[in-house]
Amino acid sequence: METLVCEGLCKDYGSIKALNHVDLSLSEGKIVGLLGPNGSGKTTLIKMASRLLVPSAGKITICGEVPSEKTKAIVSYLPDRNVLPEYMNCDELVQMYQDFFSDFESGRAYEMLGSLDIDPKMPLRKMSKGTREKVQLILTMSRRAKLYLLDEPIAGVDPAARDYILRTIISNYDENATVLISTHLIADVENVLDEAIFLKEGRIILHENADELKEKTGKSIDEYFREVFAC
Amino acid sequence: MEWKFLDDIPIYLQIIERIKVDIVSGRYASGDKLPAVRDLATEAGVNPNTVQRAFQELERQGLVQSERTSGRYVSIDDEKKKELQRDLSQDCIRKLFEDLRNLGMDDQMIKDAVGKWEE
Repeated sequence: METLVCEGLCKDYGSIKALNHVDLSLSEGKIVGLLGPNGSGKTTLIKMASRLLVPSAGKITICGEVPSEKTKAIVSYLPDRNVLPEYMNCDELVQMYQDFFSDFESGRAYEMLGSLDIDPKMPLRKMSKGTREKVQLILTMSRRAKLYLLDEPIAGVDPAARDYILRTIISNYDENATVLISTHLIADVENVLDEAIFLKEGRIILHENADELKEKTGKSIDEYFREVFAC
Repeated sequence: MEWKFLDDIPIYLQIIERIKVDIVSGRYASGDKLPAVRDLATEAGVNPNTVQRAFQELERQGLVQSERTSGRYVSIDDEKKKELQRDLSQDCIRKLFEDLRNLGMDDQMIKDAVGKWEE
């Protein structure tokens, strides 16, 4: 079963082609890295899957459906910036997520908040940037979604918390869910990936199984990426 | 146990190797249960499908048996264990020779040096 399918997907911002005829198919049970330099179209692709943007041309579907309110119920999206109200604390945020998403499990959220020592009574505005990002990720991963869209989930947090976050992703996604992680911190995520996608100037230039890519190139994905995108 | 992976070798191969070493060294005895896929993946910080692939390969090689409901168990007799030890040691010796040839030693020099080696 295909979780996310793109056919000839295009997105133009004026004369800029942010995505240029992208064909992509992600099957269930996979953790997929969406890798590319700044401005290559990673966030644009994720925003179209979460229906914050509509395609200029082509088609995108999630579990066979065009993005809509219906797909939002099965897609858990982590934006690349803080979008949560800063005056709220974790108790209130957990309540809000529970109200909005029927697949949200507050028990899992509190367990993760606890293991990262985050005070559920502290409002977001009093937290450091990294802690806010952790809260947002915890909320995102506490849903039982079919598709997780994680836009730069580890960029702002320290290396120790990065490990915890990646383990959180591994231990929390369902076997039939798909996780799409966009990042340029490849070395940190490559061990958890099933598949890697390289995006360059709005086009997919590579989509391969991570182990096979390693076997074929004899290099880490990080090393290979640096070679492909050498400036 | 700490897991460290080399960059340039597929991770499932490194997991296979690690479990084989654990079997030969006796850390896993025949009949011992392997960890669950998800647990090992979380501990090692790798993808669950990668662990699954490693376990399937170990099964295919006859070192591990899976019971439908209760998990996977190490299954190896003494003869097979000897064979496995021999295979793994061949890899170490090959690597030693490659490294020492790189230092400009010929095979006779290497054998002499190994014969005289006292730790």
